[in-house]
Amino acid sequence: MQMIEAVIKPHKIDAVKQSLAKMGILGVTAIECKGFGRQMGHTERYRGAKMDVGFVPKVLLKVCVKSEDVTKAAGVIVEAARTGEVGDGKIFIYPIAQVIRIRTGETNEQAL
Amino acid sequence: MNRKHVAPLRALALLVFLFWIAPAAAYAADAPQPLAGAGPVKIDPDTRNVNSGDVAWMLTSSALVLMMTGPGLALFYSGLVRRKNVLATMMQSFILMCIVTILWAIVGYSLAFDHHNPFIGGLRFAFMREVGANPSEYGPGIPHATWMVYQLMFAIITPGLICGAYAERMKFSAMMLFSALWLFCIYCPLAHMVWGKGGLLNWALPDSPNIAAFDFAGGTVVHISSGVSALICALVLGKRMGYGTTAMPPHSVVLSVIGACLLWVGWFGFNAGSAVAANALASSAFVNTHFATAAAALGWMFAEWLKSGKPTVLGAISGAVAGLVAITPASGFVAPMSALAIGAIAGVVCFFAATSLKSALGYDDSLDAFGVHGVGGTVGAILTGVFAVSVINSGCKGLVDGNPHQVLNQLIAVLVSWTMAAVGTFILLKIVDALVGLRVSESDEFEGLDLSQHGESGYNIEDAFSATYGGGGATLVNGGHGESH
Repeated sequence: MQMIEAVIKPHKIDAVKQSLAKMGILGVTAIECKGFGRQMGHTERYRGAKMDVGFVPKVLLKVCVKSEDVTKAAGVIVEAARTGEVGDGKIFIYPIAQVIRIRTGETNEQAL
Repeated sequence: MNRKHVAPLRALALLVFLFWIAPAAAYAADAPQPLAGAGPVKIDPDTRNVNSGDVAWMLTSSALVLMMTGPGLALFYSGLVRRKNVLATMMQSFILMCIVTILWAIVGYSLAFDHHNPFIGGLRFAFMREVGANPSEYGPGIPHATWMVYQLMFAIITPGLICGAYAERMKFSAMMLFSALWLFCIYCPLAHMVWGKGGLLNWALPDSPNIAAFDFAGGTVVHISSGVSALICALVLGKRMGYGTTAMPPHSVVLSVIGACLLWVGWFGFNAGSAVAANALASSAFVNTHFATAAAALGWMFAEWLKSGKPTVLGAISGAVAGLVAITPASGFVAPMSALAIGAIAGVVCFFAATSLKSALGYDDSLDAFGVHGVGGTVGAILTGVFAVSVINSGCKGLVDGNPHQVLNQLIAVLVSWTMAAVGTFILLKIVDALVGLRVSESDEFEGLDLSQHGESGYNIEDAFSATYGGGGATLVNGGHGESH
């Protein structure tokens, strides 16, 4: 099993969710966060005091998938989240040791 | 008595002597033959002149002016501070509504409006003696009590304006003590000089030929005094921690917009109510107030648009307030188109005062009390001398009406206000600092005044960490019944 972490633009949440659902992946955790890469942020002004806001709002999506689905799932997320502009985000993938469904106690592949 | 208290108390005693006792002696020693109208403030036992129109308007105006403080100023200022200080900032306005009322009732009103000497009133009206249903010379058509309560609302908002300078770092105890002393030592004498019978600068009820300065609703008494005091406070208290390097954007310009609009509407009571009657002069002041505000908001907005590239909402509402401030002394003296000019000028000048001047000189006047009120009041006071015309207010002529001398009188009034505010505030700050300490500790300032001064949070938004959500954060102590001691 692998965990896919995708930092994406907030307005792309729905598109990614629907694309994953079409693939049969229904469980996703979403975290509001801020980030920056090469996208620099924006400038605000209050009575002449200028401030550069370096962090941009993002969403961190986490979805755990079976190892054989990882490549396809990652590709689906990239397709759905891409706008072509700076700030589209990144995907990180790492292995998961164990998964447990709390309600039933099922583990690993049964819990996904 | 603690040794460190002796020197400031001596200074306080000296102030009292200088303002209250010495001028009375000097004045009595070589007073010229008093003109008709001298003598105590006339209280007319005949209430037949009291008319319902005037009373209704003046009571309404009083309510409008109080609304300017609460919630007008409370919202305007608190929206501009960081979230951790929102309640403390509102509390500063709110508590003045309470403190000033008590002090005014006891002796403040008398010090401002009793006839005693050119600089300060006496104790005739202390404890509201002779302040009742009978009309006074100040407003022949309204009960004396109505005039008193109307003026009370002015006395409330004036120290409230100073809060803008020491926001986010002044101790609550120090703020209350300072405001009380400021009321007695600076506001009451200045109000007396400009509006009190026999006041040195009073244009309407002078004792003898004096330095008649036109100040309809308080350009000098309210705005210059508070604005300049604000500057001194900002300099004496010093900058907020992190000022200049940390971004401190307003936590809610939304609140400030609401506050500014309440100030605009409330100001009709401030200016038009200063006609002390429901008449043509009130109508004129009302129109001038509105015109100047509109022009000033646009003035600031366009100036900012040209200089910085975008018209900000904060800029527009700040411009509106600047216009309100500038038209305050002029409202009952100038023609409507002059009001547009005064507003436009104030909007642009105050924009530069609150941005370029402040950043050039480097002081932390957190909410631009000096930039808007000090500078705006000065601009307005001087322009009153320029644009006053007797067709609006009989006998009151300014430069455009053939009386350039009036501008000189205005400058003198401005100078007196600046000096009293600057010197007086400096002394009072030192006294308060010696007694209770002015500024909160660094950790208190970092934690925020809401928590450190009041033990409260402005916004307890439900989330996984708050008590309301039942998450893992705050827990109720002692079943919610408070601590047992």
